[in-house]
Amino acid sequence: MSDDAVRLADLSEGEHAILTELDLPHQTAEHLMCLGFIPGVEITVGKSGPGGDPRVYNVDGSNVALRRDVSLNLSVLPKLWRTQS
Amino acid sequence: MSACCDSNVAAPAPPADRLPSSLAFRTVAIIGPPNSGKSTLFNQLTGLRQKVANFPGVTVEHHLGYIRNAAGEEVALIDLPGVYSLTPKSEDERVTVDVLNGRMDGTPKPDAIVLILDATNLNRHLVLAARVIAVGLPTLVLLNMADSLKAQGGGIDVLALARELGTPVALVSASKGEGLDVVQRFITTNGQPATTIIPVIKTVTADVVRCREWACTVAENSSYRKPIPSAWTRRIDSLVLDKKYGPIIFAVVVVAVFQCIFSFGQPLSDLFKTLLDAIGSQVGSLLPAGLFRSLLIEGAWSGVTSVLVFLPQILLLFLVIGILEDSGYLARAAVIADRTMKNVGLNGKSFIPLLSAYACAVPAIMATRTIEDKRDRIATILIAPFMTCSARLPVYTMIIAAFIPQHNLLGPFFGSRAAAMLGLYVIGFLAAVFTARILKSSVLKSKDSPFILELPPYRWPTFRSLGLRLVDRSKAFLVRAGTVILAVSLALWAFTHLPLHNGQPPQIQDSLVASVGHFIEPAIRPLGFDWKIGVGLVTSVAAREVIISTLGTLNGIDPASHALSLQQALHSELTLGGAAALLIFFAFAMQCTSTLAVVRRETNSWKWPAIQFTYMTVLAYVSALATNVVVTRFFG
Repeated sequence: MSDDAVRLADLSEGEHAILTELDLPHQTAEHLMCLGFIPGVEITVGKSGPGGDPRVYNVDGSNVALRRDVSLNLSVLPKLWRTQS
Repeated sequence: MSACCDSNVAAPAPPADRLPSSLAFRTVAIIGPPNSGKSTLFNQLTGLRQKVANFPGVTVEHHLGYIRNAAGEEVALIDLPGVYSLTPKSEDERVTVDVLNGRMDGTPKPDAIVLILDATNLNRHLVLAARVIAVGLPTLVLLNMADSLKAQGGGIDVLALARELGTPVALVSASKGEGLDVVQRFITTNGQPATTIIPVIKTVTADVVRCREWACTVAENSSYRKPIPSAWTRRIDSLVLDKKYGPIIFAVVVVAVFQCIFSFGQPLSDLFKTLLDAIGSQVGSLLPAGLFRSLLIEGAWSGVTSVLVFLPQILLLFLVIGILEDSGYLARAAVIADRTMKNVGLNGKSFIPLLSAYACAVPAIMATRTIEDKRDRIATILIAPFMTCSARLPVYTMIIAAFIPQHNLLGPFFGSRAAAMLGLYVIGFLAAVFTARILKSSVLKSKDSPFILELPPYRWPTFRSLGLRLVDRSKAFLVRAGTVILAVSLALWAFTHLPLHNGQPPQIQDSLVASVGHFIEPAIRPLGFDWKIGVGLVTSVAAREVIISTLGTLNGIDPASHALSLQQALHSELTLGGAAALLIFFAFAMQCTSTLAVVRRETNSWKWPAIQFTYMTVLAYVSALATNVVVTRFFG
C-alpha cells in the first residue's frame, strides 16, 4: 500500500485523497490530528496563498491551511488513482 | 431526536439533590475549541466586555465575569482561551490546563466546567470533550450553533449523547441567546456531579487516534447527522484565495482600512475637537482668571483634550479590524501574507498581531500568544511597536500639516500630505522587516515553525460583539487620558510655573522645564531639535501623543483651540531638516510605557523590554541625525 502513497503537497486543487501517515514531530502531528488529520480521513485539496503556499485543505468539514513543509510530510492515497486500480 | 423534542436539554440521570450553599459552585470555567462561539456565550451570560472573534485563538487572556445562580449567589465565570486539546503546546493551552488544575495564580480552581462545542462539527470537537470530562469536574456540555445544525439538515439525539458522555448535554445558540437558561440551572443545581467518569473516556484520552475513534462512535450512537456545509464559505474563499484576485483583494482591504481612518476619521476627530474646545472655553469663562484657571484649562483640559480628539480615529481603526476579524477574513489574510512573512523569517500568524499593531501595540503584543513558537513570538513582540500605531498619528498629522503644503498628486484622493503619511507607515514597516530579519538570523534563529491555521466559516459580525469591543477600547483610552496624560499635563504645567519669583510664576525661559530642556539640548541639537522639542521628547516617553500637549503648553498656546498657531510656532522653531528628523525619530523610538509594561509581562523578563527600548532609541537617534543632515544638505 505504501508504494501507492504520494505526498499531500503533490496533489493539486480539487483532488481527493485518503490520509495514510503523518511523518512529523509528535507535537505537530498531534495538533494536526486534533484538527481532523487522522489516518483514514478524506482530504480535499483547496485554494492556496499566492504561489501555491500555504494551501487550504478540507478535512471533515473544516478548512485548514498548511505550509508546504508540513504537507510534504503527509502521505496520502489519491482517491481517483485508487478507484482506477 | 425523540424524547428531546419538547426540551432541548438532556441529562443522563435526574439532577442530584440541591447541595447546601457551602458546596454550591463558586467558580465555573468555560472551555471550548477556537470558533466554537465560546466568547459569544460568555458575553451573553455575563454581559461583560470582552473580545469575540471567529479567528482561531483570538481570546488570548482568560476573562472573568459573574452571574447569579437561582439562590441569588454570585458565581464567577472564567472564560478560557480556545483550545483543541489539553496537551499544552501553546501558551493558550498551558493557561487552560493551569486554570483547570488550580495552578493559575490569582484564579481559584474551578468547581465545574461548561464545555461548549460546535454542533456542526461534532466528530472533531468531541475529541476535546473526552479530555475535558476526564478532568473529573462536574461538566455541562453545550452544543452550540444549534440553529445552523438544524437549518443545514443536521441533527442529534441529545439524550443519547448525554448517556454516552455521562454529563448533561444541551443544544443552544449562543449568538441568538437561545437555550442558555440551562447554564443557570446547571450552576444552581450543581448539575450532575461527574464523579463517575464513564470508563472508556479515561482509556481513550491518551491517544488522539483512539480518542477520535471514540468520538465517531459516540456521534454515531447519538444518531448525529452532520449538516451540509454552507456553500457561501466555499464561494467566498474561491474568490478571496484566488491566484489573481486574492492578492488584489488583500491589497484593496489594507488600503481601504487606512483610507477609512483618514477620510472618515479625520472629519470625525475635527468635529470632536470643536466640541471639546467649546466645553473648555465655556468652563474657562465661568472661572475667575488666575492660577487655578490656568491649571485647569491650560494644564489639565488642554493636555487631556489634545489627545482625546484622536478617540474617533482610533475607534474607527478598531472597528474596521474588528469587522475583518469577526467576519473571518483575517485568517485568509494570514494565508495570503504567509509567503511574505516567511521571507522575514516569521509566519502568517504574525500578520494578525502586526496588523493590530497599527491600532495599538498593546493588544497586538497580547495577541502574539497564539504563536506557538516562542522565538517567533518574541520576534513579533519586538517588531510590533515599529508598526505605526494610532498614538503616532496625531504627531505625524501635526508635523506634516505644519511643514508639507497640500497639493494633489493623484487627483483629489491622494495628496502630498497623504503621501507623506503613507511614507511614514512604509518606513515603520520596513524597520520592522529589517529588525525581524536581523533577529531571526541571529539571537532568535529557529527552524521554520509549522504553519497550521484553521480557517473559520465566514460569519456576519454582530453589532453586540463590535459594540462591546469599542466600549472596551474607549474605556482603556479614556483611562489613559485621565491618568497618564493628565498626570503628565499637570506635572508639566507645574514645571512651567516653577520656581516662583516673589509669588509669581517665571517666564517660560526661566522655568524648571526650560532647565530640563536646556540640559538635554546638546544631545538633540545635532538632530535639529531645540529645548522645547527636547522637553516634548522627555514627556512623550509616557505616551507618544503627549508631545503635542507639551509643545502646546510650552508655546503658551492652548493646543485645543489654536492648532493652527501651534503649527505656526513649530514652523518657527524647526527647520525642514529638524521636522523630518522629528518624524523619523517618532517612527522608530519606543516612547510608550504601556507597551514596555506589556512586553515585560508577556516575556516575563526585563531583558526584552530593555533590549527593545535601547535598540529602538538608538535606531531613532541615529536615523533622525542622518535625516537632519541629509535633508538640510539637499533642501535646507
